Amino acid sequence: MSALLEPPPSDEAAPFWDATRRAELVLPWCAACDRPFWYPRAACPRCLGDDIEWRSASGEGVVYAASVQHLPGPGRDAADGPYVVVLVDLAEGVRVVGNVHDCAPDDVHVGMRVRAIWHPLSDGRKLLQFAPQE
Amino acid sequence: MTERTLRAAAAIAGVADSASPTGVLDLHGRALEVAMVREALADAGLTIDDVDGVCYGGMPPGIAEYLGIHPRFVDGTMTGGSSYEIHVEHAAAAIAAGLCEVVVGVYAATPRGDRGRKNGGGRPGPMPGPNPMFEWEMPYGLRMPMGAYALAASRHMAEYGTTSEQLAQIAVDTRRWASLNPRARYREPITIDDVLASPMQASPLHLLDCCLVTDGAGAFVMTSAARARDLAKAPVLVLGAATCTDHSMISAMHDLATTAGTISGPAAFKQAGVTPDEVDLLMGYDSFTITALLHLEDLGFCAKGEGGAFVEDGKLGPGGALPMNTNGGGLSYTHPGQYGMFLLVEAVRQLRGECGPRQVPEPAIAVAHGSGGVLSTMATIVLGTEATQ
Repeated sequence: MSALLEPPPSDEAAPFWDATRRAELVLPWCAACDRPFWYPRAACPRCLGDDIEWRSASGEGVVYAASVQHLPGPGRDAADGPYVVVLVDLAEGVRVVGNVHDCAPDDVHVGMRVRAIWHPLSDGRKLLQFAPQE
Repeated sequence: MTERTLRAAAAIAGVADSASPTGVLDLHGRALEVAMVREALADAGLTIDDVDGVCYGGMPPGIAEYLGIHPRFVDGTMTGGSSYEIHVEHAAAAIAAGLCEVVVGVYAATPRGDRGRKNGGGRPGPMPGPNPMFEWEMPYGLRMPMGAYALAASRHMAEYGTTSEQLAQIAVDTRRWASLNPRARYREPITIDDVLASPMQASPLHLLDCCLVTDGAGAFVMTSAARARDLAKAPVLVLGAATCTDHSMISAMHDLATTAGTISGPAAFKQAGVTPDEVDLLMGYDSFTITALLHLEDLGFCAKGEGGAFVEDGKLGPGGALPMNTNGGGLSYTHPGQYGMFLLVEAVRQLRGECGPRQVPEPAIAVAHGSGGVLSTMATIVLGTEATQ
């Protein structure tokens, strides 16, 4: 991931990005609904409530969809070769985007169990990534 | 509340489009837009002085000023490729409500020709500024938009057993239609093996599962059904129209194997008083083969999950039971970025019987189903001949 496009942090996601510096995964929860939501934003996308709590997440999930990119997408380098982009349903019930490492891209499949790993960014934040569960 | 309906209140009276086998057009920007408006008005037997409404995917005042008109109805809805179906819906509602009498809608984009041009094609680029997509999707390198559709295809395959061969059949049948259209970008027949052997782009989608990048433009003219009957061409009635937006980013789509077409499709059919088995022609937005397959299921031409088996016998191609994308589609005819206008233009021409070698025998009902964004916004327009009124 030599040419990784680093994500611009929004104000609403500051607690998420701060936690990544400690390699900790936190999710925004709506206090009124008592449910997590994704992506971080100013109000709960179910009730528009703005009482938002940040709670630790297990980092475990299941691949919901997967696509191997055979030509480089945004911020990627052709020299890195094909890589897999996945949607992961986290155990807490939200869906996030990721790449899966530590296995061949073509071995990643829908239904595969994965766990969170972290890729360092230039400013000390970390990017959420995944690896197969043992 | 009394039941309101747009059924047969308005009609498409004129159409035009422009595309080239080279993929490149001579005109671009406003000049191309004006050419399309002029041609669609001539097709309708109307002049610019008749126009009092403008639909444009973006800022309508710019094109209105350029055309030298002062419309009392403007619609700048921009949902990507489905914008033009939504424009028809809104124009039909405006005409039915008496807000205006004659609406022109226009679209032009020249991504291929713009490559050799200093100042671009005259349409603004994406909005700058903070954007959840940059924060939560882009860092993962998903190729856009094809990567998003590839994720949907992967999900459909895992959930329903859909195969690459079945998706390829859609590209094969669409190319068969394109071979009958002298203006299509690609006309050489292809096989399922050709599709599977074309370079993988974002698995499971191959190059020939993906739409073209070409220049292209088109326009429509709409007026009341009553006024349309006195114009140059047989009116094509707007029998039903409905829209539904599901999400903006692919990672926010709840079920990647089911689109908002399950809302817009049945709503438009209900308004039109028709069922899928009465449809003679489906113009279903084919940005990718998976896109078209999802439309077949979500509009009710077959059950959810059965799209793959449904297309296997080639029924979408010439002579088949459900002619789809008879101009050659976004896969083989043209795809300038927002293809929805071409769905409408071909549907109108087919209903008028103007399509020559690719003419469907005496169609009465055609559906133009637009898809915008990354399976984000679906808009379904049911069109019919006078006989369907």
